[in-house]
Amino acid sequence: MKFDTPATTNPIDQLKVIGKPTDRIDGPLKTTGTAPYAYERHDAVDNPAYGYVVGAGIAKGRIAAMDLAKAKAAPGVLAIVTADTAGKLQKGNFNTANLLGGPEIEHYHQAIAVVVAETFEQARAAAALIKVRYTKTPGQYDLEAVRKDAPPAEKGKNDVKIGDFAGAFAQAAVTLDATYRTPDHAHAMMEPHASTAQWDGDKLTVWTSNQMIAWGAGDVAKTLGIPKDKVRLISPYIGGGFGGKLFVRADALLAALGSKAANRPVKVALTRPFMFNNTTHRPATIQRIRIGATKDGTITAIGHETWSGDLPEGGPETAAEQTKLLYAGANRLMATKLAVLDLPEGNAMRAPGEAPGLMALEIAMDEMAEKLGIDPIKFRVLNDTQVDPAKPERLFSQRQLIKCLETGADTFGWSKRKAPGTARDGQWLTGMGVAAAFRNNIVMKSAARVKLDAKGVVTVETDMTDIGTGTYTIIAQTAAEMMGVPLDKVVVKLGDSTFPVSAGSGGQWGANSSTAGVYAACVKLREAVATSAGIDPTKAVFANGRVRSGNKSVALGDAVGVNGLVAEDLIEFGDLGKKYQQSTFGGHFVEVGVHAATGEIRIRRMLAVCAAGRILNPKSARSQVIGAMTMGAGAALMEELAVDKRHGFFVNHDLAGYEVPVHADIPHQEVIFLDETDPMSSPMKAKGVGELGICGVGAAVANAIYNATGIRVREYPITLDKLLDRLPEVV
Amino acid sequence: MDDASDPDFNRRDVLVGTTASFALTGGGTAAAQPIAVSAPVVSKVAFRVNGKDQVLDLDLRTTLLDALREHLNLTGTKKGCDHGQCGACTVIVDGRRINACLSLAVMHEGDEITTIEGLGTPTDLHPMQAAFVKHDGYQCGYCTPGQICSAVAVLDEIKAGIPSHVTRDLTGTVELSPAEIRERMSGNICRCGAYSNIIDAIEDVAGVA
Ligand code: FES
Ligand code: FES
Repeated sequence: MKFDTPATTNPIDQLKVIGKPTDRIDGPLKTTGTAPYAYERHDAVDNPAYGYVVGAGIAKGRIAAMDLAKAKAAPGVLAIVTADTAGKLQKGNFNTANLLGGPEIEHYHQAIAVVVAETFEQARAAAALIKVRYTKTPGQYDLEAVRKDAPPAEKGKNDVKIGDFAGAFAQAAVTLDATYRTPDHAHAMMEPHASTAQWDGDKLTVWTSNQMIAWGAGDVAKTLGIPKDKVRLISPYIGGGFGGKLFVRADALLAALGSKAANRPVKVALTRPFMFNNTTHRPATIQRIRIGATKDGTITAIGHETWSGDLPEGGPETAAEQTKLLYAGANRLMATKLAVLDLPEGNAMRAPGEAPGLMALEIAMDEMAEKLGIDPIKFRVLNDTQVDPAKPERLFSQRQLIKCLETGADTFGWSKRKAPGTARDGQWLTGMGVAAAFRNNIVMKSAARVKLDAKGVVTVETDMTDIGTGTYTIIAQTAAEMMGVPLDKVVVKLGDSTFPVSAGSGGQWGANSSTAGVYAACVKLREAVATSAGIDPTKAVFANGRVRSGNKSVALGDAVGVNGLVAEDLIEFGDLGKKYQQSTFGGHFVEVGVHAATGEIRIRRMLAVCAAGRILNPKSARSQVIGAMTMGAGAALMEELAVDKRHGFFVNHDLAGYEVPVHADIPHQEVIFLDETDPMSSPMKAKGVGELGICGVGAAVANAIYNATGIRVREYPITLDKLLDRLPEVV
Repeated sequence: MDDASDPDFNRRDVLVGTTASFALTGGGTAAAQPIAVSAPVVSKVAFRVNGKDQVLDLDLRTTLLDALREHLNLTGTKKGCDHGQCGACTVIVDGRRINACLSLAVMHEGDEITTIEGLGTPTDLHPMQAAFVKHDGYQCGYCTPGQICSAVAVLDEIKAGIPSHVTRDLTGTVELSPAEIRERMSGNICRCGAYSNIIDAIEDVAGVA
């Protein structure tokens, strides 16, 4: 099905199942520990051996010598694979650094060997016996130091110059020129990267934890130099991804290589302390923002330049992107610079670009509002744009930013906000902050297969993944709505590369795109079922487990006969995304308390108001948003990969050193979804929310801290040491 | 160019991570002697898991967590960090919650162990499991068994009057408040960020919602 004209009324609009807050259908499995994750496939794999990965002890250079003798002789060891013995490997399309390093080392903890043994304990002990001698070469690990000479990313092809930014900024009555810093962040999903691999002749099956099954199968095949149709990836449950599992990582490759070498199924999980330097992370940014406005608050010049670093051939953190679309302003400058750094590979993490970009931009907007003496919500409303500022003829498909902010202000009690540093609750300085949330809606083609059997049960198969996003449930809701059956008559099978290729989970495109694919397959199945029942498909109504037209009504099971019926289709998207700017919007509201003596920061209240198209399952969508708000709170207050600039690695590489929010850090969170359907996005009229929730929330926290204390911190995370010397005297 | 075993790779560097020390075993000043690895020492251990007697021959190095996951195929108990930093491996041993990764299996001779599988099944959920489903107290599900085992034990701890860091009166009764629950649940990380819903689920079961 090609989606190239705006959606009109369709069976989804019945909203009998779609749009209802629905318990997850995978809930009983997940809450009883019976949903099997990649390292736990006792049901599928007999007697696996255990692989333990060894990582490079330097950031850049070469392995001069590697002594495996002791490890090989250790009890239980079945095989050791290094770059020397792995055979020819190619780099995957989605990897920047090789997954198995050696002799050249590209980053610290790059995998250099896997030890396969009968037991985990034996593999771990043997791995510690491998001796490596390195020859180091100097590397670059300090973004600040290389920033000056960083060239434009992708030759500046995404940079924006509209009007005369420099002239307008110079002439503006009120200006802000400030630089903000966000550190490197780790996904730190709770399930470590893990894979179980098994060969059957030249066919490889990998049970893995991966967000993008088709990309993954392709890259496993490419890396090993085998045909893609010889690789099967299975990933029905994924213990969190956040972008960190978009790509094949060392666990999958080394399980496959280890399994080949040991001639046994092999399972490999990356250890927690290994994950932070071995896998990808969100790169640190330095962002310079300049805003010029008239005295009455109309922005005349807006500039956002951002610097980040990555390994050679890597990509930038595109932190200036949202600034192209979020606010009006006749004269514009957006530039993205990319330095080469020899730290571990930078890559996508939940809302790449916008997450750190809005952490900076939305503080800048707060600062500017204060300079102008205008309420920060009013300042944003004043500079709202209903068109793409670069192409004024291009409208947003939907844009309810103002309503998000105003609804939030009412609900949160924004009018009670006081001047900076003037509100107090006992020993606590209190403050409120606001920020806009913005994230583009991406659509991706997505296929599904839908079967209807003689019992009237609908089975959906697609290689789509559920990374905690609630995909199982919204796909079941879609099929139930389309086929006119209750939810318990739908079976959803996901995450298997033998299923039709879906959009996968990333960039908050999954929910809308994958359900649209299921919609397309169901449209086909409806035709086949009606025809089989002797009913004109154009007049067929599917409801209560039956297909009917006029006074003819047939139970679905009877309509399809003993063998059932199957239909497969995909949704493909035309150029509605080009004609209209499709984005999601929100407003974040945060109240904090800052202890007047210690500078301890506590978040007291959080509210997000989101406008993101039709909300397919308000229950799981709300969870996506509160989860993203939590991660954003972490980015605001504690998360930072500390860079060792001498040796080139992230020092705090475990969950004790890399602090993420815990229960005690997060208060009750409120989410409001505005009524919205977006006929430009897909037949589902939905968009994504999974990333919208993290966009802007960090700045809302920062602005609340400013409001509480009068102290402006432009360098995340905002820890108490950055406040202490500027807090008011304690009496 | 310089060699990684040079003296600038000092003692502090050794501490940064296990594999950094690999760089040193080639002859650095602080290099430890490689430990000779002999055949694993195996010992018999007997305990009860979810009401069922289990007798296992285990490598002394096997944690309770790996005994459950790899030897008894009880994979509901999760491994998130393997060193006591995340709570994914929380199980209830003799009525008290522990991190199964921080405890060797052979230390549990005669113990009564309850894992997530022992609380309820998909068709017969424990009230806490049902509350997690109802309040959507999870997303990816990986921290969830640990959260649920912790939550069950937390309510018992509060009932038993065991104080926490936020308890005001150490000798009085412990209040069943959100602050108490949050404090006690803080060893269970949920990177999906389901905290707000988890607290709702626990309060629901506790009857304070
Ligand atoms: S696995 Fe035991 S605390 Fe993390
Ligand atoms: S549900 Fe994913 S970590 Fe808690």
